[in-house]
Amino acid sequence: MSELFDLFLRSVFIENLALSFFLGMCTFLAVSKRVDTAFGVGLAIICVQTVTVPVNNLIYVYILAPGALAWAGLGDLDLSFLSLIAFIGVIAAMVQVLEMVLEFRIPRLYRALGIFLPLITVNCAILGGTLFMAQRDYTFGESVIYGFGTGTGWALAIVMLAAIRERLKYSDIPDGLQGLGMSFMVVGLMSLGFMAFSGLG
Amino acid sequence: MAESTIRERPVQALMMVLGVAMVCALLVSVSAVKLRPHYLANLEAYRKAQLESILSALSGTRYAAAAGNLESRVVELDSGRYSERLDAATFDARKAAANPDESMLIPPHRDIAGIKRREKNATVFLARDANGDVELIILPVRGSGYQSPLYGYLALAGDTSTVAALKFYEQGDTPGMGARIQSPSWEALWPGKQVYDDGGALKIGVARGKVTPGSMEASYMVDGISGATRTSQGVHRLLRFWLGEFGFGPYLERVRRGEG
Amino acid sequence: MTNRYWSALTTPLIGENPITLQILGICSALAVTTALDTALVMSGAVTCVLALSGASVSMVRRYLPRSVRIIVQITIIASLVIIVDQVLKAFAFEISRRLSVFVGLIVTNCIVLGRAEGFAMRHGVLASTLDGIGNGLGYSFILLLVGAVRELFGHGSLLGVQIFWTTAQGGAFDPLQLMLLPPSAFFIIGGIIWFIRAKRPEQVDRSEFKIRDELQEERR
Repeated sequence: MSELFDLFLRSVFIENLALSFFLGMCTFLAVSKRVDTAFGVGLAIICVQTVTVPVNNLIYVYILAPGALAWAGLGDLDLSFLSLIAFIGVIAAMVQVLEMVLEFRIPRLYRALGIFLPLITVNCAILGGTLFMAQRDYTFGESVIYGFGTGTGWALAIVMLAAIRERLKYSDIPDGLQGLGMSFMVVGLMSLGFMAFSGLG
Repeated sequence: MAESTIRERPVQALMMVLGVAMVCALLVSVSAVKLRPHYLANLEAYRKAQLESILSALSGTRYAAAAGNLESRVVELDSGRYSERLDAATFDARKAAANPDESMLIPPHRDIAGIKRREKNATVFLARDANGDVELIILPVRGSGYQSPLYGYLALAGDTSTVAALKFYEQGDTPGMGARIQSPSWEALWPGKQVYDDGGALKIGVARGKVTPGSMEASYMVDGISGATRTSQGVHRLLRFWLGEFGFGPYLERVRRGEG
Repeated sequence: MTNRYWSALTTPLIGENPITLQILGICSALAVTTALDTALVMSGAVTCVLALSGASVSMVRRYLPRSVRIIVQITIIASLVIIVDQVLKAFAFEISRRLSVFVGLIVTNCIVLGRAEGFAMRHGVLASTLDGIGNGLGYSFILLLVGAVRELFGHGSLLGVQIFWTTAQGGAFDPLQLMLLPPSAFFIIGGIIWFIRAKRPEQVDRSEFKIRDELQEERR
């Protein structure tokens, strides 16, 4: 039990997909101008990640991994080279489903997210989380925790960056650094800050 | 306009989509099949290099000559006997560990190394002296570290208790912390440590914190890496597992009796 | 005609660099730049995928219905990435191990999908291929610059060849540990953006608010 809790803490703070591995940066930098939209995107990421990592885990363990198809009598088959496209397919499908659910159940959030909802499909962080799960051979339970944890970590990071950028609007920054350049510097500093967590546990 | 009508006509669209899918599938499959031999050859070379890592650790020690004279055998872990049917040249332990027929699930309370499945057979390397007695044994060991699996080799002298070297060739733990199990300074702590005490109890391990030089435990234990307790204890547990009754324990017992 | 092709190839280098202006492709730019050789291989892989996907998407653009176009683009891109990954595993095994999941992540590299959707869907095969190569070169330019700086100041070497002898090797250079950490890539890119925008003021993000002192100065 404590292993799972430890995994959760690790995926939120020490192995934060946004600040330690720099995944999902495009959306991260583009959507972090306001805290409310950042919060919405963060929430959507948590939902998608918590569902796709475990589902992809099942697909990898029972269909794609070397020897995975032994239950069907095809133990010699190694379909792991299809992982990439299978994972992306699952992610695209989940995002589509999430889009439909949001459209009919929480229309306000759906409208607020706008174009960024379909963009989650190609968010490196989502695919990255799945690929790390496959590389590290997590069990199903671990996949659920890892998905939820990495999603939460990414959401936390983007909300923090949005809060900082809202303040930065009132600062006197050299022209060349204005906007994107300053965001890069801030994210670099945030990342350094998060590295302090690696001393824990 | 002509462009949009061609696009939107469902049958044409479907044909196009199927066409793209088939071409992609063909290209990917062809490349996967044609390039696989190269990939496997690379993997083989990589595995050989892993054994090289412990052999080079042994060169310059008194085991250097033995290290140049190794034979490989497949051992049935449960009985400790050499396998009759499996040939060391073709046996792949990692693949076996994933194959349900060639491996067994370890009950969680026994799975101290965190490996979940244990292969039924393993490849060991040994060198014999002029009398035919075993003078060096190299055992593959694996377990789970802080955030990644650990793979390495443990080299023991012929008495099955004195450590000649411990070397990890694969790990993915934190650089500067857990990854220090691959640093020369930590590896240098192992040669000479004893696996068993005088009563035959399993004593080898990694301490939590520093070991007092000259104390009882100094003969069996190595300093833990500060800031990397999880990785250090991962090494401790994998050693206890693989040297215990569910690992190479039965095999080492046979070697001690002269049946190895 | 040649002018258009030449500009498709060169504009993405500085004028419309995917990383520093379009905010695309940043994810992999940071993690693989700890050494120059991984940055080099990654640049090559991405440029390859960009060129080939630009060509392929452009070839089928007239026959793709709107509803499925994104997933078809992703299928084409994913297939190309799988092939590139296989090639790397077969012929550059050591480097592919160090690149680990980041080669697979080229599939979600915003540049690739961004250019496929934004350019290749509307232009001919040759133009799209050149655009792909151009953006690949722009991406590579930043990657190689960051990789070179990080390896040089973090290890004292370039491509494994020792340039500054470190104190551990008996020399005088004390490596900057910060360069080995991921945030350094961010600082370096921030610095590059600053430099480019100082030279090319048209790329500057206009600020939304004028500070009061500035306003008073303007009124005077």
